[in-house]
Amino acid sequence: MSVSDQIVDSLVRNKVEFVTTVPCKQLGDVIDGCEAHPDIMHVPSNKEDEGMGLCAGAWMGGKRPAIIMQNTAIGVTVNTLSSLTQFYNMPLPMIISYRGEIGERVAIQAEMAVHTKPLLAQLGIQTYHFHEPDDIRDLDSILNHTYMTRKPTAVLTDSNFWGGY
Amino acid sequence: MIRSDIIKTLIPVLKDELVVCNIGLPSQELHMMGDQPSNFYMLGTMGLASSIGLGLALTQKERVIAIDGDGSILTNLGTLPTIANNVADNFILLIIDNGSYGSTGDQATYAGKKTSLAAVASACGCDTVIECQAEDTAATLQAAKDSGKMTIIVAKCESGNIPVPVIELDGPVIKHRFMEEVKRKNA
Ligand SMILES: [Mg+2]
Repeated sequence: MSVSDQIVDSLVRNKVEFVTTVPCKQLGDVIDGCEAHPDIMHVPSNKEDEGMGLCAGAWMGGKRPAIIMQNTAIGVTVNTLSSLTQFYNMPLPMIISYRGEIGERVAIQAEMAVHTKPLLAQLGIQTYHFHEPDDIRDLDSILNHTYMTRKPTAVLTDSNFWGGY
Repeated sequence: MIRSDIIKTLIPVLKDELVVCNIGLPSQELHMMGDQPSNFYMLGTMGLASSIGLGLALTQKERVIAIDGDGSILTNLGTLPTIANNVADNFILLIIDNGSYGSTGDQATYAGKKTSLAAVASACGCDTVIECQAEDTAATLQAAKDSGKMTIIVAKCESGNIPVPVIELDGPVIKHRFMEEVKRKNA
C-alpha cells in the first residue's frame, strides 16, 4: 500500500473526520484520498491560516480536524498557531510535505526548509520527521497524542519518505 | 450608527445563538453588552472569525453566526470562495462594514472606498448576499435566521468607537464554555 493510502487509512482509523488541505505536489494522492473517503469531510483552503481557522471550528463542533500542507506554510501560520491553536489549547495534526530536503530539485525550497524546524522549535510545537516510508507506523500514535495533548503537532514528511521525486 | 450601536440592537437576536466574534473591539463590545457562554471571542488571528464559524457550521447541526468586520474580511478574502463552495445552511456571516480598521484607530479600508464586499461575496459564488443599512441589521439577521439559508450580510455603518474594557477571560475558558454550549445544543 502506498504511503499516501496509509496516511488516509490512519486518519480514518483515528476518526479524523474533518480535513483541510492546501496542495503540494507530494500530497496529491493524500488529498485525493481524503476527498474520496466517505468518512472524511474535505474542505480545501485557499491559505493555511484560513485552514487552521476551519480546523478550530471543526474541533469545537466535535470533530477531530487535521491540516495537510507544505512546510512553507509554517512561515504563513506562525501567528495563527500561537494566537489561535495554542492560545485556546486546541489539537491540530499538521501533515506537512517537507520540501527542500535532500533529493529536492528546486533550490528555492531549501530556503524555507532550513527555517522549518527552528520555527517549530521556537513555537514549542511537537515535531516528528518521517524520512523512511516505514516511519508511517508512528502516525496512529502521533494523532492520538495530538488530540490527547490538545496541541498542534507537525509531521514533516520529506522527499525520501515519499520515495523521491 | 456605529458598530457598537449595531451590536447593541443585535443582542436579543443573538441570544442563545452560537456566535463567533471577530478580534478586537467587536468582541469587547459583544462581551460588554451581551456576554453568554455561547459566544466565542476570537482574541487573536485577525481574519479567521468567518473560517472558524464555517468550520463549526459544517461539523454540527446548530446555527452559527459569525460576526466579522470589513478589515478582517479583506485580510482573509480567501474565506469567501471557501464559504461559497461549502454551503452550510446553518451558517450566517454578518460583516459589519464601517469602512475602517476600527480597533486600530479607524484607518480607512478599501471596503470604504471602491470595493464592495457584497459584490465580492456574490462574485465568489455566495448565493444569498444581502447588504443593509445599520438600522436594519437586526431585522436582516432575524430574517436570515428564519430563512434557513446560508446568508452573508454586509451591514454598512459609520466609523467610530466607544470605550470598552478588554476581555480578561482565558482562551481555554472561552473555548470550554463555548464547547459545552455546542454539546448541550446538539444533544
Ligand atoms: Mg471595520
